[in-house]
Parts: sequence; structure tokens; C-alpha cells
Amino acid sequence: MAGFGTSIGRPIYGRGPSPGLRFTVYAILSLTLMHLDQRAHWSERIRYGLDAAAYPVQIAVNSPLAAWHWMTDSFSTRGTLRAQNQQLHTQVQELQLAMLRHQALEQENAQLRELQAALPPLIKKWLVAEVIGVDSGTLRQRLIINKGRHQGVQLNEPVVDGTGILGQVAHIGPWSSEVILITDPEHAIPVQLARNGLRTIAVGSGNTDEILLPYLAANADVKSGDLLTSSGLGGVFPAGYPVGRITGVRREANQLLAQVRAEPQAKVGRAREVLLIEFDPANPAAPPAPEALAEASSPTPAAAASVVPSTEKPEGARRDKPKAKSKANSKP
Amino acid sequence: MISRETLPIILLTSIVALVLSILPLPGWLPVIRPAFLVLAVLYWSTMAPFVAGMALGFFGGLALDVFQGSLLGEHALALSFLTYLALRLNLLTRAKPIFEQSLYVLVALLAYELLLWLIDGWTGRSMSSPLRWVHTFIGALLWPVIVGMLGRFHSAR
Repeated sequence: MAGFGTSIGRPIYGRGPSPGLRFTVYAILSLTLMHLDQRAHWSERIRYGLDAAAYPVQIAVNSPLAAWHWMTDSFSTRGTLRAQNQQLHTQVQELQLAMLRHQALEQENAQLRELQAALPPLIKKWLVAEVIGVDSGTLRQRLIINKGRHQGVQLNEPVVDGTGILGQVAHIGPWSSEVILITDPEHAIPVQLARNGLRTIAVGSGNTDEILLPYLAANADVKSGDLLTSSGLGGVFPAGYPVGRITGVRREANQLLAQVRAEPQAKVGRAREVLLIEFDPANPAAPPAPEALAEASSPTPAAAASVVPSTEKPEGARRDKPKAKSKANSKP
Repeated sequence: MISRETLPIILLTSIVALVLSILPLPGWLPVIRPAFLVLAVLYWSTMAPFVAGMALGFFGGLALDVFQGSLLGEHALALSFLTYLALRLNLLTRAKPIFEQSLYVLVALLAYELLLWLIDGWTGRSMSSPLRWVHTFIGALLWPVIVGMLGRFHSAR
């Protein structure tokens, strides 16, 4: 401490209030912020402004990765491009074929429901967004995407990729939004086994390649390889979209519930581009408004089992916000 | 003594540390990624306590909250607390050998993570995973490297 005071010439404890007092001030400030963020909703506005400030940095942080992808894309060989083109071509033909049948089925469905006109298309609007940030810590499974309020993103909008459901929009900024993935431990999605229609809730595990089904009874009819689709309950996700595939069922004699694990269908850890989907509430497959949900209780015991945890899980329930009132007459 | 001229360097290194903290990384790397910003703030508030004050800790933590989407104020509180400890104890810790400093850093990082863990628990966010503690040990191991790197930016005490 030789040259003390010579370089700046200040007393030993600096100017201004003592560290203890300053810490108290900052601690109170932090606690107030935390309280406001947790309880009051106007703190959304602070976040919104801060998100706007954060956006350029997010872009900058993502730019090395983006540059790498751009490089690999632009320097890919003619051969790879040809192969890719060929593959896409076959894929388009397959999809067109499926689409032909799909339209016929939709027509038939409308007739069966005795509606005069054909049903409106399920997807009203969709938006392609690029992933500009990944927050896949041990506890959080989130994506930051480059579309926000200015591009018409809405809260709780379902986010999918070409293969299945990825998650939903948890938080909107002006030009970017945060997506909570189905693998986040705070996320729960109502699902249904495609094979027998058994309904339950799938909760994230914190790993990108696993979701858990903690509320299935030990004697439930579920086995490895079963496909999980969204059940359409809960008011966020539409019915019938693939969510995951069961990878393991463990039953223990002294446990009432089975331990069931599933693997997400969507490429949760690898998605670079995602689709944001807005549904037409007039279509019966669209997610119903929560008030319609309360009345529509199903007689199967499995449904009763699925309703209980959904009320216990505040995360699942909190995100169920009504987007638009679904028309009562479209539900027979 | 580190003078006020170091302030731009302190800010610059803190921003670089922040970027390293939020850079998207594949696979298992996020688990073992040390809390770069926390280490940088610890270093500067120990070595330049009159230049890098508690404001650096608070606003650095706030930036972490914004970028990581955690509860607003959570990291800010934890990091201001660490800065406070560093400011109070800097005369004790800065003269110690580097190995002993690493132990202090380990304790500080554990306290930081404990505080975050408690706040997560109180606000109903956490699903506690033992992996969240991994970075504290990595950070302590990396401390000599951090000291070596950041020490180049200012003249010796």
C-alpha cells in the first residue's frame, strides 16, 4: 500500500456512503424489483424496455454462430445441394399427396358435423422465427427468437417445428420473444396417448431430450413406443399435434403412480428455425377458451386424473390465457 | 493503487464477461461454464475497490437477469452481496497467495449460488438439480487464470 493517496489522493474508505449503506440501498432495490416482477404485472413494462435494449446485444452474441451457419450454407458443394434438393422434392410430393387426402377428410369431417360450409382452416396465421439465443441451463429450457410484438407475436402462442410441438411464447419483447420449451421443468402440457386416448399431463425434465409423465396410475395402459399428442385441453395447444414418444415405463409394486418418460418429437435441442402458429378459434380442433374447458369434463376416469394436476400446476394454468372466445355452436 | 483510468478497462472486461456468460453453447458446455461476469466483478472489486464499486455488481447482475430471463433483481441482489463482501474483505484477501484466494472465491461463488437457489425456491421456480453447483468449482479452479488475464490490464499494485 505504498503509493496510497498519491495517485488519486482520496481517503482510505473512498468518498460517499459506506459500503454497508450502499449495499442496503441496492439490496432494497433488488428486493423491490423481485417483488414487482413476481407479484405485480406492470413490471412487464420495465422488462419490455430492457428487452428492447438487450436485443442488439443478443443479435451480436448470436452473430458468430449465424456467420458460421451462413458460411457452411454458402460453401456447401453442388453435390450436397443436389442431394438436398432431391430430398426436398420427394418430400414435397409426399406432402402434396397427403394434402389431397387431408382436404377430402376435412370435407368429410365438415359433412359429418353437419355444418353448412366447410370448416375454416385451423391455422389462421403462421410466422417463421429464427432462434437467436438458447438458454438451456440445468433448470431452464428456453429459446429467444427474433420475432416480437412488432411482428404480431402473442403471449402463449404455440411454437412448433416441422415434427412436433416445441413450446409456447412465455414473454414478449418488442422485437424478440422468449419461448418456454416443453422440456422446461416449469412447463406442463396436456397430452393424450394416440393409441388409446388416455389423457395426462407431460412435464419438462430439464433435459432437452426428455419429458416426464408423472401423473399416470401404475396400472395405466402405456408402453414404450406410444405416441403422445396434444389433447387440446388447457386452452393453449390445439388437439392432435405430436408431442413425444414414450421411451420408458417403470412400475414399482409399492408405488401408486408409474414413472413414465418420453422423448420429444420436435428437435428441441437443435431447432434453428421455429414456427409460431395462431389458430382460428372457429375450428373445433383449435384450443378452446378456458371457460369452455370448465364445462367440458369428460366421463372417463383418466380425464379426472388429468384435471387434478393441471389445477395444482400454477405454471400450466397461469399460461392458459384466452385468446379469443371460441364459438359455442362450433362445438356439438 | 489502481486509478480511475482503469474504469474503461473495467467496463470493457465486464461486458466481455457478460457476453461469455450468455453466449449460447451446445451440449454440456453450459453446465461447466463458469460465471464469468461474477468472477470479473469479484476481481475488480477486490483489486480496484474505489473504482469498481457496488454499482458494477448491481447493474451487472441486473444485466444477467435481463438476458437470462430470470426473476428481475435476483442476480442483482446476489452479485451486489458478493461485491459488498469483496469490498469489505479486500484488504484481507488481496494479499493472500493465489491458492488461498481460490478458496475464498469458492466460498463466495457457493454463497452466490446458495442465494440464487433460495430465491428460486421462495418464488417457486426451482427444480433443484445438483448440476447448478458445478460452475462454482470450475470458477474457483479458473481463478488463477482470471487473475493472470485481468492483471495484464493494470499496473501492479
